[in-house]
Amino acid sequence: MSDDERTLSRRGWLMKLGIIFNGLVAAALAMPVVGFILSSITRSKGNGYLSWVSLGPVSEFPEGETRLATFKNPNVMPTDGKTVDTACWVRRIEGDQFQVFAINCAHLGCPVRWFPQSGLFMCPCHGGAYYRDGSRASGPPERGLFEYPHKVEGGLVAIQAGELFTPGASASLYGRKPPCA
Amino acid sequence: MRLIGRVGEWFDKRLQLAAPIRNAVDHPVPKNSASWFYVFGSAALTIFMLQIVTGILLAMIYVPSGAEAWSSLQALNHDITLGWFIRALHGWGSNFMIAIVLIHMVQVFLFGAYKYPRELTWIVGVFLLLMTLGMAFSGQVLRFDQDAYWGLGIGASIASHVPVIGSAAVKLMLGGPIIAGATLSRFFALHVFIIPGTLIGLVGLHLLMVLKLGINEWPMPGRLVRKASYDAEYHELTKKDGAPFFPYAIWKDLFFAAFILLAVAACALYFGPFGPTGQPDPAIIQTAPKPDYFFLWLYALLSLLPPSMETPALLIGPVVVIAILVFLPFVSGEGEKSWRRRPIAVLTVMLIAVTLGTLTHLAGFTPWSPHMNAWSGTPIPREFVNRTTVLQRTGALVFQEKQCRNCHSLGELGGQRGPALDSVAVRLTKDQLIRQVIQGGGNMPAYGKNLNPAETTALVAFLETLHPPGQVPARDASRKAIAAQGSVKP
Repeated sequence: MSDDERTLSRRGWLMKLGIIFNGLVAAALAMPVVGFILSSITRSKGNGYLSWVSLGPVSEFPEGETRLATFKNPNVMPTDGKTVDTACWVRRIEGDQFQVFAINCAHLGCPVRWFPQSGLFMCPCHGGAYYRDGSRASGPPERGLFEYPHKVEGGLVAIQAGELFTPGASASLYGRKPPCA
Repeated sequence: MRLIGRVGEWFDKRLQLAAPIRNAVDHPVPKNSASWFYVFGSAALTIFMLQIVTGILLAMIYVPSGAEAWSSLQALNHDITLGWFIRALHGWGSNFMIAIVLIHMVQVFLFGAYKYPRELTWIVGVFLLLMTLGMAFSGQVLRFDQDAYWGLGIGASIASHVPVIGSAAVKLMLGGPIIAGATLSRFFALHVFIIPGTLIGLVGLHLLMVLKLGINEWPMPGRLVRKASYDAEYHELTKKDGAPFFPYAIWKDLFFAAFILLAVAACALYFGPFGPTGQPDPAIIQTAPKPDYFFLWLYALLSLLPPSMETPALLIGPVVVIAILVFLPFVSGEGEKSWRRRPIAVLTVMLIAVTLGTLTHLAGFTPWSPHMNAWSGTPIPREFVNRTTVLQRTGALVFQEKQCRNCHSLGELGGQRGPALDSVAVRLTKDQLIRQVIQGGGNMPAYGKNLNPAETTALVAFLETLHPPGQVPARDASRKAIAAQGSVKP
């Protein structure tokens, strides 16, 4: 009787030990798993995440006009295909004074189009409209168009690109870092 | 024959599945539940199996890479024998599955089947609906075209509104800082492994509970559900007025399942596969992305909500809806089952159906979107420029050239974002027109900086002619009084 109890309690103790051992291994393995899953967030802290890309010589953008420019996203993976070819609206006010707007509507990210005749950006999705300086004119957006940090160097217009603009992401890198130029 | 029997015995000695299968097949169901109203659950399961089979077939060709997905879909559509048909079956199967799942849900709700003891069956069903919608959205992303690309942008914009972790949520969803190859791969994992795996598990649980708890009896007005007595009553019913599920009830399920499969195949054959539309190239901006049919209501809602309501509605709305659905069987787990005595239940279903239907209908012609080419492509109907002066005609040109037409229609042609202007002169006086054009307001941009005084004068002169024949334009009564004093011209 007492022999049996002793055996049982030893078995029970071994089972508990086995569970604890498994728990420790699971916790150890969970770290790389979670690290892998979260890498899409943490990767953005790495170097070269937001980089300066050139949009072309200043002379391509006539004064007082707004033109479409395209650039390649600074970080490219082989499976990205055409998705890294991004468009933006470049407004040259005068001289080296520029404004570079994201193509994405500040409402839900649809591509806005520029209408020089009426001086408005219009969004085809839900009807957001913006003035030539990017400020909100009408429709559902709560703010003006997103602007890339930009600079003019060596006769080239460059922007700091690498992240999709989204309306709620005030904590994004663009929000934290003031424009360098 | 004896050999087959012996082989069967050999297997069953080892598997021991024959008895539980016989139990499931023979279990008595209330005779009145063998109804054509009770076939939607099995139909949803049938389409789910069709989706698994066609999905596996598509995965043999489809490449989940941002660089190649689009061209592998083109190959499926045009180069691979019957690839187009399998794609069409999968696409139409998806639409049918959502429709059948929704019908099943409405039926179960109206027949009170979510009440005791089937609360958990209902809750699992709610998550099955969410998974089905998740499959539809992720499947739309796998059709990696322009709609998928900008649809992801919309999804990311919504996710970004989450307080504090919005930015992280966006990157987690996209698999990086932008919509790219990693985004597609992650939605592939969702669509092919994570959601279907969960679906299969939940479907198994759902079916197990239907078998264990028995199918809901036909609700009789006045026969109330009481936790204390229901089990005995149900048992009594299946004893007194029951019949084995097989073959008494199953033949209707079989017929309907076959009919639904035929309907999917007919749609696939006649209408063909969905897309892909243009390449997922964000540098091509001449596009007006639209979601698939079952998300159109959301697309409409997003443009009609006032801006201040949007974030709360997007973030709190789904939580509230899911909470209501999950807690429903706990709030009304007893009592009347029949829809004949549950007017609020019937009204709720009708209200939701009309709301979703109206929003979907509106999304069909998007009155809130400017018509991007109306200014250059839509002519002004002749009656609006007949017998007009040079100034007024110049105004008509300004009207077109400044893209007013993109938002305002004339003769029912043009955008519907703003009001139709066919009779604007009846509503607004000359001064009001000038003010509206220059300062905007009421959801109209101000044009003051984009019109010189001559253009404004011409435009307003044209707008003043826009009133139906025989109806006088609006006049400012004070002008006449002031004119009488000789200070301004009338």
